[in-house]
Amino acid sequence: MANKAALFNYILRLADTNLVLGHRLSEWSGHAPYLEEDIALTNIALDLIGQANSLLIYAAKVEGKGRTEDDLAYMRNEREYYNSLLSEQPNGDFAQTIVRQFLSDNFDVLLYESLSKSTDETLAALAAKGLKEATYHLRHSRAWVERLGDGTEESHNRTQNALNQLWRFTADMFAMNPDDKDLVKAGIATDLEKMQPTWLKNVEQIFVKANLTIPANAWQQSGSREAKHSELLGFLLAEMQHLHRTYPEAKW
Amino acid sequence: MSKDTQGILWEVFVQSKPGQPHRHCGSVHAHDRELALQNARDVYTRRNEGTNLWVVPSNYIVSSSPEDIGPFFEPANDKIYRHPTFYIIPEGITHM
Repeated sequence: MANKAALFNYILRLADTNLVLGHRLSEWSGHAPYLEEDIALTNIALDLIGQANSLLIYAAKVEGKGRTEDDLAYMRNEREYYNSLLSEQPNGDFAQTIVRQFLSDNFDVLLYESLSKSTDETLAALAAKGLKEATYHLRHSRAWVERLGDGTEESHNRTQNALNQLWRFTADMFAMNPDDKDLVKAGIATDLEKMQPTWLKNVEQIFVKANLTIPANAWQQSGSREAKHSELLGFLLAEMQHLHRTYPEAKW
Repeated sequence: MSKDTQGILWEVFVQSKPGQPHRHCGSVHAHDRELALQNARDVYTRRNEGTNLWVVPSNYIVSSSPEDIGPFFEPANDKIYRHPTFYIIPEGITHM
């Protein structure tokens, strides 16, 4: 059994990224460009929040300190959140939401493919379930990237701007902790450094098809592995957590 | 709203089990075939309703008009011999 604290932290990273991105997508509820897309985005939001829920239940069990999934979701502050920097980026316009989703979906599909073979049976089972969802999410975001990137002049410009804005947060998704080496060696975690070239090849292929250009020599922001975030996360958590913190015993 | 930017209308048909006919369940907006299929999936199969989906541009549906009711359908009213009521249905046959 690998270091319990390392495993706990690893599961939190997976869970937090899903939870924060799911919350971001849920902000589109009632505001998407048209009804069908509104339902599509909230479906994806629910999938991600569902994945986060299962992962947080497992994280709480691994930690073994009697915390619940709700404690982990609603009672941690931003310096205790390990979500990727990409996931907390604002929705912006529809193009920005779609590009963020596309970068993330490509990551999730590769991650879950790999994690479904993890020696940790719970992670493997959750990844196998998540893979089906992520495969559909990618089909959706890829369809929009192709159509927006290669669409009208305005849709192309907005999508290229989104890519220029978001590319600096992509390396952060692949950052690893020193402890991760042990988890990888034990066959539990995925070696993200090995995964990155495949991810790059996959997204590049679609960007070329969509007439979009990855910014050259872009500076990369990192920090999520140390729970260092932009100011955006604090506002997001405030909205997500205030009900639970105000009425801790509230039931639906 | 100054102009409709939702795309054209598509009719959605869902097959609930393999071997069953596809049933019309509603419509979606979309700009092309792939997104029509995805929108139909998201709007009509979120609760495990389907095993297969068809989407068809609504303008490809040819419909009879209300005034066709007389010549189209009423002549069948008194042709009782067209109903298979004179046959004994073997036990176990369900979808007749």
